[in-house]
Order: sequence, then C-alpha cells, then structure tokens
Amino acid sequence: MSKYYLNYLDELESEAIYILREVWAQFQNPVILFSGGKDSILVTHLAKKAFYPSKIPFPLMHVDTGHNFPETIQFRDDLIKELGVQLIVGSVQESIDNGRVAEEKGKNATRNALQITTLLDAIESNKVDCAIGGGRRDEEKARAKERFFSHRDDFGQWDPKNQRPELWNLLNGKHFEGEHFRAFPISNWTEMDVWNYIKREDIKIPSLYLAHQREVVWRNDSWIPVSEHLKLEENEKIETKKIRFRTLGDITITGGIESEADTLEKIAIEVAAMRMTERGNRSDDKRSETAMEDRKKQGYF
Amino acid sequence: MAIDNNQLLRFTTAGSVDDGKSTLIGRLLYDSKSIFEDQLTAVENTSKKKGHDNIDLAMFTDGLKEEREQGITIDVAYRYFTTPKRKFIIADTPGHIQYTRNMITGASTANAAIILVDARHGVIEQTKRHSYIASLLQIPHLIVCINKMDLVNYDESVYDDIVDQYENLSSKLVIQDITYIPISALHGDNVVNRSENMEWYKGAALLYTLETLHISNDLNKIDARFPVQTVIRPQREGFIDYRGYAGRIASGVFRKGDSVVALPSGFSSKIKSINTFDQEFDEAYVPMSVSITLEDDIDVSRGDMIVRTNNRPETSQEFDVMLCWMSSKASQPRAKYTVCHTENLQKAMIKNVLYKVDINTYDRIKDQETFEMNDIGRVTIRTTKPLMIDSYGTNRTTGSIILIDDNTNETVAAGMIV
Repeated sequence: MSKYYLNYLDELESEAIYILREVWAQFQNPVILFSGGKDSILVTHLAKKAFYPSKIPFPLMHVDTGHNFPETIQFRDDLIKELGVQLIVGSVQESIDNGRVAEEKGKNATRNALQITTLLDAIESNKVDCAIGGGRRDEEKARAKERFFSHRDDFGQWDPKNQRPELWNLLNGKHFEGEHFRAFPISNWTEMDVWNYIKREDIKIPSLYLAHQREVVWRNDSWIPVSEHLKLEENEKIETKKIRFRTLGDITITGGIESEADTLEKIAIEVAAMRMTERGNRSDDKRSETAMEDRKKQGYF
Repeated sequence: MAIDNNQLLRFTTAGSVDDGKSTLIGRLLYDSKSIFEDQLTAVENTSKKKGHDNIDLAMFTDGLKEEREQGITIDVAYRYFTTPKRKFIIADTPGHIQYTRNMITGASTANAAIILVDARHGVIEQTKRHSYIASLLQIPHLIVCINKMDLVNYDESVYDDIVDQYENLSSKLVIQDITYIPISALHGDNVVNRSENMEWYKGAALLYTLETLHISNDLNKIDARFPVQTVIRPQREGFIDYRGYAGRIASGVFRKGDSVVALPSGFSSKIKSINTFDQEFDEAYVPMSVSITLEDDIDVSRGDMIVRTNNRPETSQEFDVMLCWMSSKASQPRAKYTVCHTENLQKAMIKNVLYKVDINTYDRIKDQETFEMNDIGRVTIRTTKPLMIDSYGTNRTTGSIILIDDNTNETVAAGMIV
C-alpha cells in the first residue's frame, strides 16, 4: 500500500464506482439494464460496491425477449433475491401481443431489433431518466464513440455526431423532461479486463460461460444451441459438443465456441489467446457493417 | 499475478489524416497483436473494395458509417490495447473537424500525447496548435513522432532539423517532458519494433517508450482533496449510525485519524474510517473511490469537499480561467451559465474577457467580447456561491470546470483555473 499508485484493474474499478455514484446523485430514477450477461453482472457487482453498506439504491431492468437461456432467468432471479433489489421486466412478447412490434419473418428472424421498442416503452412507463448499461467501447466500432453519460432525445435516439464533450471527470447529465441518459460505467474495460476482474473478485456468473456439453447446430460459422425456438434447416444436424458462450444474448442468435475452458482461470487464458472478437459469434452484428450503429441510433443498448 | 503492478496509461494522438495518425494507431494495434481476425477480415474486405493493394491500417480506427465513407474521423474514439507491461487507452482525436474541441476532450485525461510531424513538412501551423493545446491541458508527457521517415530516405539530418524546430517552438510553452522518435507508421519503423533503416537513432521505439514512461507522479499526491459525491446512510441492521461520504479522491493521500475540515462550512473532525465495500484502509490515495466516515456528526453533503486542516484549497467566487469554447453557439458578453466544478453546480457569469489567444502564433488578442467554437482565451468567472478551487497547474481535478448552457443543457466550454 505504500506505492501510491493503482494497478489498472483497481483504476478501472474506481472509475466505474465514480460513474455509478454520479448517476445516483444526478438522476431521479436510474435503473441498471440487466441482461444476465457477464457485463451487466459486472456492473451490478460494481454497484454493490459503490453503495455499500447500503443496498443498490435502484432497480434492475430486464428486457425479456422470451427467447432466453433458462439458465439466465434462473441466475437473474437468484441474484435479485440475494441483493434484495427490485426487478423490472419489459417483455418483448407483450409488445408483440399488443401490436407495438411485429415478429420478424424468414430463416434468420430474431427478436433482437424488437427489443428497442420494448426497452424504450419500459423506460418511458417507468419514468426512467438514466439506464445504466454494460456496454464497452472495445466491443464494437460504434460503441467506441460512446460517452460515459450518453444523451438520448425524447424519442430515445442517439445522435453520435453531436455528442456532448466529456472532459476530465466532469459528467453533465442535465436533461429535459422526456429525455433520458444511458450511462456506461465500464466503457474503458476490455473483455480481458472483465474476465480478469471476475476471476479476481470471484463473481458468480451463469454456467453458460463455462465449457459444458450441449446440443448444438452449426450455423453462420458458430454453434447455435438447440432450443424450442430453433427451426432446423435441411442439411443441419444436431450434435453434442463441449462448448461455452463468450456473450449471452437471445438463445436463437448466440453462438457458442468449442472450448475446454470450464474454470474462470481457463477462460482467462483462453480469452488472452483469442483471435476473434467476442461479438464475432453474434449474428445480430453480422447483418451489415453498421448493424450496431444503426440499432444504437434508434435506442438499442 | 503480474497485473498487480501494471498501470494504466492514457494517451492521445494529435495530427491530421495526412500525418498518418490513423495509420500509426493501426500499426500499434496490429503489431502489438491487438487486432482480432474478424476485424482484420472486415478491413481487408473494405480495402479490396476500395481498390487498395495492402490493407489500409487507418481503417481500424474508423467507427461511424460516415467516417468510413468519407475517410475522416468525426469524434473522439477510444482504443484499447494491452502489453505485458501496461494497459493503454488511446483517445483518438480527429485532425480536421472541430479539432480543438476534440483534442481538448482527449487530452483532458491523458498522461501522454503523441504529436505527429510529417518529416517532409517539418513543424507547421498545425503542429503549433496541437502543441499549444498539449501545453494548455498540461499533459505530463509529450512524444513527438517525426513520421514518414521513409519518404525522406531515413535521413538523420531531416530528423535533426525538425527536432531543432520543435525545441524552438516548445521553449515558448509549458511542457515538462518531451521525447523525439523518428518513425514510419506505414512500414512500422520504430513503432513497435526498432527500425533497421535508422541505425543512427539510439533511442527506444514508440511502444517501449509508452511502456516505460514514468507516470506514477502524474497525479498530485500532495494536496489531499476529497469532493463528496453522495452520502451513504444504509439505515439497516449493523449500520444504523453509519454515515459514509462517498467520493473519488481528487488528489493526495488521506489516513485514518487525519484532522480534516469540510468545506465550505469549515467544520472540523477526524477521519474515523476509510473503506471500499467491505475492505477497510488505513490510508487511501488518488484516484481511489472510497467512503469516508468522520468522528463527529457534522453536516456534509454533495458538492462539499473534505480536506486536511492544514492544506486547504482557495475558496473563491471570482477567478480567472483559460476557457475553450466548444459550442457552435457563440458566448454573449456577461452571459450566464451553470458552472460545473468537481461535484458542484453553480450559476455563473463570464464577467470579463481578458484576452483570446491566436493558437497559431501564440499572440494575445485584446478587446474581445465573445467566444466562438474553438476559441481559447482568458476570462474572469463569477459564481453565485464560492467554489473550492486549486490552480489547474497543481491539480487537474480541482482546477478544471465546464460551462453548461441552461437553455440547451449542452456543455459549451471547458476551463482551466489559472
């Protein structure tokens, strides 16, 4: 303790805690956007640290596509119970039933883009003025342009060319009625940092991240898990492989990789040697070169 | 574990597209193996589509659709790479559009700035502008990369001339630490690997320089300042009387038992405990996020500052700042804004414009009343209530402000307290 400088994980942690506390101080009604993925689990863990010994002083919000890994929902419910915080669920199925959105058609149909409407509806009906996300700048090229405090207009839209400059540690969260902010406390973390930190803090994560035997189908260059939502194409066959997931999204679009990494230690080693980005197995990002940017402008996570 | 000692270094890059800035960053990422295969494939495909023979390294740094289409960078983008020695964050700032606004943004948190100079052109007006901003923002370390050495036959005398020119220029500025490196970003000379084409250069390659810069002293470890973000009162079993002041230490070191005062009230007390989550510390230092409890039940809230009794900031309602205007809407004489300083928001007025600076010549221009986008100058600011300030030169956190336009909520200016 006498060297008086932090190692980079401690510095990233400190920065994230600072941002979470700014959110709490500057906004009336913030939520953590919780997907059950490692990044939102990490943000939740950091929020636990930021406000200790108080409980996390705001709810978690889950946009439920209805196409979940069962493990994710179980994990979510256990975590909510442990933390004693409120859970808000925005349901894509409800948005479909109410006619707010229409299900995509065709072979690669997903509910990914439908989430935008459900998310914005949930933000509006719960009067949320800041939605805290686990987005990281290293994930995707459009996300590299995000601020810690990112403004959304009253249609929930992001205007990447006209963002507020963010200097030093001064965060400007001022907004008008109906507008909201997205806050990204782990902007500066990379996938490697996330795993190193999860390992260091021994944070509980869904078992899906660890290598396990699973029934899968080879599609779009990755292993898509078999589920009730998967329609088998001709020439596709179900196989059992030892796989793990690098990101968790909809069960219909999240591809796994073959892996032997069944401990946090092994994952960290595997990630260090990876030559593909983690979103390389997400078919939602492969639709076009600007798939993420286009969705983000409309209000996506 | 090795990472226990690994520090984080933030640096910014200044230079236009023509200087090969994006190519340099692409080269750093590519040669340090920080580019993934799918990113490489995407860039290879686009390069081919555009008819380039080799992969265009510059494309790794373009983020938005329009940026890739126009081959320009519009906004600050952040890039990450890690070597066994350090983690790096690059604030990649655009060269052309709104360069001042963006470079200041990127520079505000940087430990180091890389200034690119085209070996064929030497120090030009743009170099002067970038250097002025680096000096104004007091970036602790400056690395001047003389790029495109391949186009001047790796000639030592060209390099020597430019170093001379730059030494001349920098004598007019406040820059603590300058390193010069001759490079070719396109071919990789002296970027990650030492160049075989420039045996005459005895210094280190760029990456090694970045890995070994001494950055532990970049933060102020002397003046203990703790701006309070929020008060934590759990009201739950085991913590009924707990009243923790949550914040990020802006500078200096705090220890258990220290005599402190809360400003602006001036009430004094002693530090009872310092903790992050369930971990208790005997001492904590910049930039740790902690919660501090005091021996006495005094009134402290967001925007207040806890400091040591015998080392206090100035408490002032009127002070001079070097102001950089960042909005397309010009300032009006005696206009009112909200000033944001640490965790404090106060109504404020630009009382007086002392001068503006021509950042190409460094001349002072007197008798100015308004600020337009990218203008820099010295002004007097008056606030409705006192702020606890230090000069930017001694403290980047308690010496910086932004101005917010109440009509739009936009951040319109950044200021460094003189």
